[in-house]
Formats: sequence, structure tokens, C-alpha cells
Amino acid sequence: MKPIPVESIQKTLSNDPLGEAIYASTGRLMAKRAAAIPDHLREDFEQWREQANRIKRHTLENLDYYLELLEERLRARGGRLVYARDEAEVARFITRLAKEKGVRLVVKSKSMTTEEIHLNEWLEKEGIETVETDLGEYIIQLAGERPSHIVAPALHKTRYEIADLFREKLAVEREEEPERQTLIARRVLREKFLSAGLGVTGANFVVAESGAIVVIENEGNARLCSSAPPVHIAVAGIEKLVPRAQDVAVFLKLLGRSATGQPLTVYTSFLSGPRRDGEIDGPQEFYLVLLDGGRTKILGEPSRRESLYCIRCGACLNHCPVYRKIGGHNYPWVYSGPIGAIITPQFHGMEKDWWLPFASSLCGACGEVCPVKIDIPRLLLELRVEAVREKIRSGEARLEHLAFRLWAWVMTHPRAYEAAGLFNLVLRDDETGWKGQVPGPFRTGPLKEWLRFRNLPAPPAKKFRDLWAARQQREALKE
Amino acid sequence: MAGRVSLFVTCIVDQLFPRVGLAMADVLERVGWEVDFPRAQTCCGQPAFNSGYWDEARPVARHFLKVFAGAEYVVVPSGSCTSMITHHFEQLFAGDRAALSEVEALRPRVWEFSRFLLEVAGVEDVGARFEKVVTYHDSCHALRELRIKEGPRRLLRHVRGLELREMDTAEECCGFGGTFSVKFADVSGAMAATKIDSILRTGAEAVVSIDSSCLMQIRGALERRGAAVETRHLAEVLAAQ
Amino acid sequence: MPGDDVRDEILAKIRAATGRPSGGPPPQPPKPLLTVPEVPLEERIEQFSAALEKLSGKAHVAESAEAARALVEELITGRSAIASNSPLLREYGITSLTGVFTGYTDAAELKEACASADVGITGADYALADTGSLVTLSAPGEARLISLLLPVHIALVPKQRLLTGLDELFTLLPDPAAQTSSMVIITGPSRTADIEQILVKGVHGPRMVHAILV
Repeated sequence: MKPIPVESIQKTLSNDPLGEAIYASTGRLMAKRAAAIPDHLREDFEQWREQANRIKRHTLENLDYYLELLEERLRARGGRLVYARDEAEVARFITRLAKEKGVRLVVKSKSMTTEEIHLNEWLEKEGIETVETDLGEYIIQLAGERPSHIVAPALHKTRYEIADLFREKLAVEREEEPERQTLIARRVLREKFLSAGLGVTGANFVVAESGAIVVIENEGNARLCSSAPPVHIAVAGIEKLVPRAQDVAVFLKLLGRSATGQPLTVYTSFLSGPRRDGEIDGPQEFYLVLLDGGRTKILGEPSRRESLYCIRCGACLNHCPVYRKIGGHNYPWVYSGPIGAIITPQFHGMEKDWWLPFASSLCGACGEVCPVKIDIPRLLLELRVEAVREKIRSGEARLEHLAFRLWAWVMTHPRAYEAAGLFNLVLRDDETGWKGQVPGPFRTGPLKEWLRFRNLPAPPAKKFRDLWAARQQREALKE
Repeated sequence: MAGRVSLFVTCIVDQLFPRVGLAMADVLERVGWEVDFPRAQTCCGQPAFNSGYWDEARPVARHFLKVFAGAEYVVVPSGSCTSMITHHFEQLFAGDRAALSEVEALRPRVWEFSRFLLEVAGVEDVGARFEKVVTYHDSCHALRELRIKEGPRRLLRHVRGLELREMDTAEECCGFGGTFSVKFADVSGAMAATKIDSILRTGAEAVVSIDSSCLMQIRGALERRGAAVETRHLAEVLAAQ
Repeated sequence: MPGDDVRDEILAKIRAATGRPSGGPPPQPPKPLLTVPEVPLEERIEQFSAALEKLSGKAHVAESAEAARALVEELITGRSAIASNSPLLREYGITSLTGVFTGYTDAAELKEACASADVGITGADYALADTGSLVTLSAPGEARLISLLLPVHIALVPKQRLLTGLDELFTLLPDPAAQTSSMVIITGPSRTADIEQILVKGVHGPRMVHAILV
């Protein structure tokens, strides 16, 4: 089993401007969310969370029914539903369709699912140009990097880095003002939207009864991707379903607030199939590709199923004190933060990612803010149990397992526990004051790690029970 | 009205911070309660539970249930140990009906110290005096699992001579998290640094919390920074006169 | 049909995972949670204006069709505008204003016309008071792109169509898909904070939105 990526984490922690950017940005998003849930909305908000949790539970418990309903309704609207077992099948379908239609240029809007499957790489291999149109995604595409946050992909980039990037890749004059940088991107991308043969988007929600998808955004690029090119393909995980259009309302009220503190994002599109007869614009063909990619496995574990409720708001990331220090790049998959910590090992197995559930102080902030009430702290604990079982099975936890077995024995034998003053012998100095030093041979393992950043308390000369006994004697004498 | 409480001092207080346990006993007696200390107590099992070693945590938790089975009230100077008992024992013993009924029977009698004072003993003013500027750290399990936030502040406001100043990151985790503090020492250290910065910004002379594990993390980092800020458990402040 | 076997395989996996081997209808879903408060029109107008203005858009109230026309004329002075084929716009006399081009029924022609115009004028089917939103349904008289391609968007909506919020919208339209291939809820101008978290408007969509309640 792979070791914890300590070096990479250390690098992020010692990179002051990056660390500052991550901590400050997430802090701002936390404040915005709080401002969007004023006191008079607190109770309503809790009811919305309850309702959203109930709807997700019901939908996933009956997912096969809703998928069949979806397909029927989507077909009635002139669209087509395509199932994909894994990333290759999604990519193959889209690539094949693009080639069939002679598409040379694809415009894409933000979709975690398409990142999950590295769609762009597949298309580029076939010589099809793929352009990310979400400003943050466009920037990091130009830079050849990975997004560092579900909702704010270029969180880690400064305007100066962007100025250099645009000058280099777009052959424009160097421009450091964000407003002007944005206009440059608008100009370049507008041309792409209007000439692309295919638009690919994600879907925040898939509405079974309506045969529709819901796409939310602030920039307008998803609307352009879904309305300008002649063909629109939407990609989503099978868990994105909700039963009815009327269910969408409660999710919309939760998602904007939880993600960026907006009661509604600028554009909320409810799209069902290609353009209807008489409609002037819009795609002539519409496909919805639904990806399993391991979701059915998680679906099959009732205690883990709620991991699939996630609506990708990013609130857990913003509130996680660990994420706020190490940022998205230190998580191995496209999903980072607390939600990433629980779904990555479930999708990919414990071999590489066993350490993710341990990269948490169990502070509980994530569960508190999750709009669909996923009990992330509980899942972190359960996954730790699973990771430990794996480590024991592979023989990699011998020392730790022994230590805990010894600990358990001592803790169930009070007299042994009372005698465990070994610690005192090692660190004993005087009763007050805290120790920065530990004798050489003992400065190892956990002690060494602790001492890198903190001093150790000097154990007291007398433990509680000794002091208690003395106290009781004094009381007895008084009487 | 007042009766008898049994102290569960927690292993960390027992071994490293005994004054906290004594202070808690002093305060309880001062407000009219009899206090006993079941000597066979050890630990609630949290370290193993949080580390994924549930098979090792279970016997320790069972031992706890046995030791305190007959207590009228169990009072605990720790949010995380209290919530281990009141919120996580049922996870640990899932499927074990006998153990679960023992947990159910004991759970309503287990109280975190500040909550016991306010809701069972019914006191806000325990006659304390502590003439310092103080800032309060909300320990995570207490805040989010036990919903303890206002209570300790109410108690502190009645302490004579004490000025309470809020830090801007009171609800942010200090970075202890048990074995997290050594498994991910770099991150834990960075989280502690943020907390220390925030504490220093208040100009407070002491940091108060209801969890000794947090205080150990915070104190260790303050000391390393060379800061002259004290750390005190709430019980020690309330016992001061 | 190609792909049928993939569908069957996935559905079978799902049925096994959820303990529903024979499929069949599910139990009733939870009732939708929709709350429609009673809010008098004047208050709704105030809410709407405040909300839209907070997003740097602008709300206007026109007491009549003539007033609406005059307002639009003022807003587009010296600029060229593309107007949708909404009967409402014709009714208000918007389409006969100088500088307004309308009547496009071909998507390619429409896109080209939008490339050189300054303002897009559309109707809106509804407005939402609590969020300052406009709701537009794509229709033969209402193209999708006019509210999106131009740097300035002006929308006209009858006062009575100003609803309290999302919940009322979905109560009136329990299934938007029954009416249209595209319902878009527009809440203020296009924006991004992707560069250093600094707010910039007019990324891909309009940088300014005017809503005229008639």
C-alpha cells in the first residue's frame, strides 16, 4: 500500500503565496455561504437539507425505475440516452459521434464527470480540438494543469501568471487587469462557440419525469455550449437523477448558497432534448450520456450509499481545515476535500488511497455544511476501519496493530494502567513547565513527529489518582 | 436536589493534566455535589476508535460501561470523550444488542462538565475569580457533536475579573485530531500555527477550552513560538478563587 | 439496438445493488417541498428591484406599453438592437423603434446579426421577485441566443408575471419540459471571479441586464 505523499504536502505548506491563496479564498467562500443563510432562513435551510436528503435517498433506492422513466421521457422529447460502463465507453461514444459528424472543434463547459474520464485527452488523440470555456478551466487548460477546487479551478493562479500565460499562448499583448484579461478570453472563446460542431456540458441534475437536465453556471458558457453548436452532448454520473421538475427547486436553493453564497447562480438552464419544431435556435441533436464508472458498486453498500448524494457544491472543501491548508492538488483524484476523501478509496480501492480518510482531524465541519446531509465524518471513520483491515491483511500494520493491542490490554487492566508510569521515567523533569526535549533514543516515531512543531508536556510528578488519594485523606482528616 | 457524581477524568487528564480533574472536583463540591472517583477507570477507547482499530476499542469501551454502570451521573472534563460515549459507542457496538442496551442505559447519565453545571446543577456563577484576559477555543467534538458553544461562555462571563475576547477562528480545528497530529504532523502544525496567530491577535493572556487534548496541542505550539500565553481548562478557571 | 446490452447490464447491476430484482414501480417519492407565500404586487416589485440591483442589473417599472417603448428607446439610443419575435415586443411597439432589427427565424442569420449588434431585446415569460430573476422559455417567438450573445440584455415582462420565487414558478410550471426545450432562469449579468476571486461581469453572457416590468 502506497505511503502518504508527505513531500507534496510539505511543498504546498511551505509555498507561502499559494497557501495564502487557498486559505483566503476558501475563507471568503465560507463567509459568503454564511451570509446567504441569515438567521431568518436558518430553519428553512435545515428543512431543505432534510428534503434533499430524502429525495436523494428515495431516488437512489429506486434508481432503475427512474432511469427507465428518464429514457422514455427523453426519447419523447427527441433526445437520446446513452449508458456507459466506464470512462472509455463515454469517450468512445463522444469521439465516434464527433468523427461521424466531421466535428473539428468541440466546446466544453465545466463538468467534473468529464474530468473524471479525461475526455479532452481522448478527443485530442483523434485530432479534434477541445476547448474548455469556463474561464478558470480555460486558464488551466492553457497552462496544462489540473483544477485545484471543484468550483474555483484556477484558485491557485495569480493575475501575473495569467498575464504571462495569455501572452505566450494567445499571442496577445501582456495584460494584468482581470477585467481586460476576461475580455480577451471572451473574444477568443466567442469565435470557438460559434464555429464548434459539438458542445459538451455536464449536468447538475437529471430530471427523470421531464427527460431533462439542469445546468447551472455564472458565466454563460454552458448556455453557449448547449445552444450554439448543432449537437449537444451532456455527460453525468447515474447518481445525478432526481424524480420530478418540482424537486429541482429545493436543490437549486441549496446548491448556490452552499457553493458561493448565491441564492441562484446567474444562469439556470432546464433543457429537454434538441430544439422543438418552430424553435429558432438550439441544438438539432441532443444526447445524454450517463456514466456508471463504479457508482453501482457504492450503490450496493447501503451504509455507504449516501456518498452518492453529493451535488458537487464544494462546501465541504471550503470548510475543511485540512483542505484549506493543502489545497486540491494534494488529493489524488479530481474530487478533493472531504467528499474526495470518502469517494476516492471507494472508487479506486484502498491500495493507493487508504490514507485519505486519515487526512482529517475529524473536526466535523464538513458534515455540518453538507447541503444533502451526507454524514461525512461517519464515513471517514468507517473507511478507516476498512483501511486498517487492509493494512493488517497485507502485513503492513504490524507495529501499529501491536501497539493498539498492547494499549487495549493496559486499558482493560486497571492495575497495569496505574503502573504505566514509563512515560514519566522518560520525560520526568519537574512538575511545571513543558518539555522541548526528549532523550535521543526515544525521539522517534510519533514523538519525533509531534516535536517537529510543538513542545511536549512534562508529565506531572504525581498522577491524578495519587493526588486524589491525598485529597481524600485531607478531607477525611478535616471531618 | 444535589446528589452524587462520579468523575471520569479521562486518560489524558489522569496521566498528564491531573490538576484539571482536581479542579473539576473542587467546583462540583463547591456547588453542593458529592464526588467520587471509581478507581478502575481507564479510557473511553477513542484513540483506537478514531484510528480504525474498532476491535481493540471495544473491550476498552466495555470496561468503561462496566466501571460506570452504577453511577448516578458521570461527569467528564472533555467534549471529545463525552461524545465518544454518547455518540459513538452505538457505532462501535452496532449489532450487539446487549452492549447497546448498556450504552442506552448509561448514556443519559453521562455529562460534559460545563453542560452538567448549567443543565443539571443549574448554576452559572460558581464563585470563581480569574483576573485575566481570556479567549475561548471551541473544541470540535464539543461544538459539532454536543452542540456546546454558548454554555462555557456563559460560565466564563460570571468569573470575577475575567475579560472574554473572541478570537476570529474560535470554531476552527486546532489540528490535534488524535493520531492525525503525528500522522500528518505538517498539516497539524500548520493548523496549530493559524490558531496561535489568531490567539495572539486577541492579546489574551490565557486560552481556555473544555478539552485537554486541544490544550496540549495549543500549548505545545504556543511554547514553541515563545509566546507567553497560558492555557487553562475551563475547570481550572472555574476553580480559581 | 447498439448499446442495449450496456443499458441492461447497468440496470441489472443497479437492481442487484438496491435489492430490487424485478424492478417495478417504487414507493411514493417524498412530496415536493414548495412554499408559495402571499406577497402583494408592490412588495414583489420592490423585492425584485432590490435583488436585481444588488447584482448590478437594473429594474424599471413602466406604467404602460407606451412608457415601456419610450424607456427602451432611451436605453438603446445610438445603438443597434436585435429583438426577438415575441408578440409582446410587437404589441409594445418595440420592434418599430429605430435601430431595432427583428424577424430572424434562421439560427445562422441570427448569430451573424448578433455579432455586430449592441443590445438584445427579449420578452420574458416570468420574473422572480426574491432573486431578481427573469425566466425565458425558448419558443417560435423567442430564440435562446438573443438574451445571451449581446453585451446588453433588455427584457420586458408583464407585471402580473412577477412571481414570488422559484417555488411559485415550479408550482405554475410543474414540468417545463412540457412547454419548451429550454427554460432559462436569468439572475443578473454574466459574471466570474475565476481570476484572483475578483468579480468581473460580462464574461460570455451580457454584462448588463435591464428588466422592464410593464
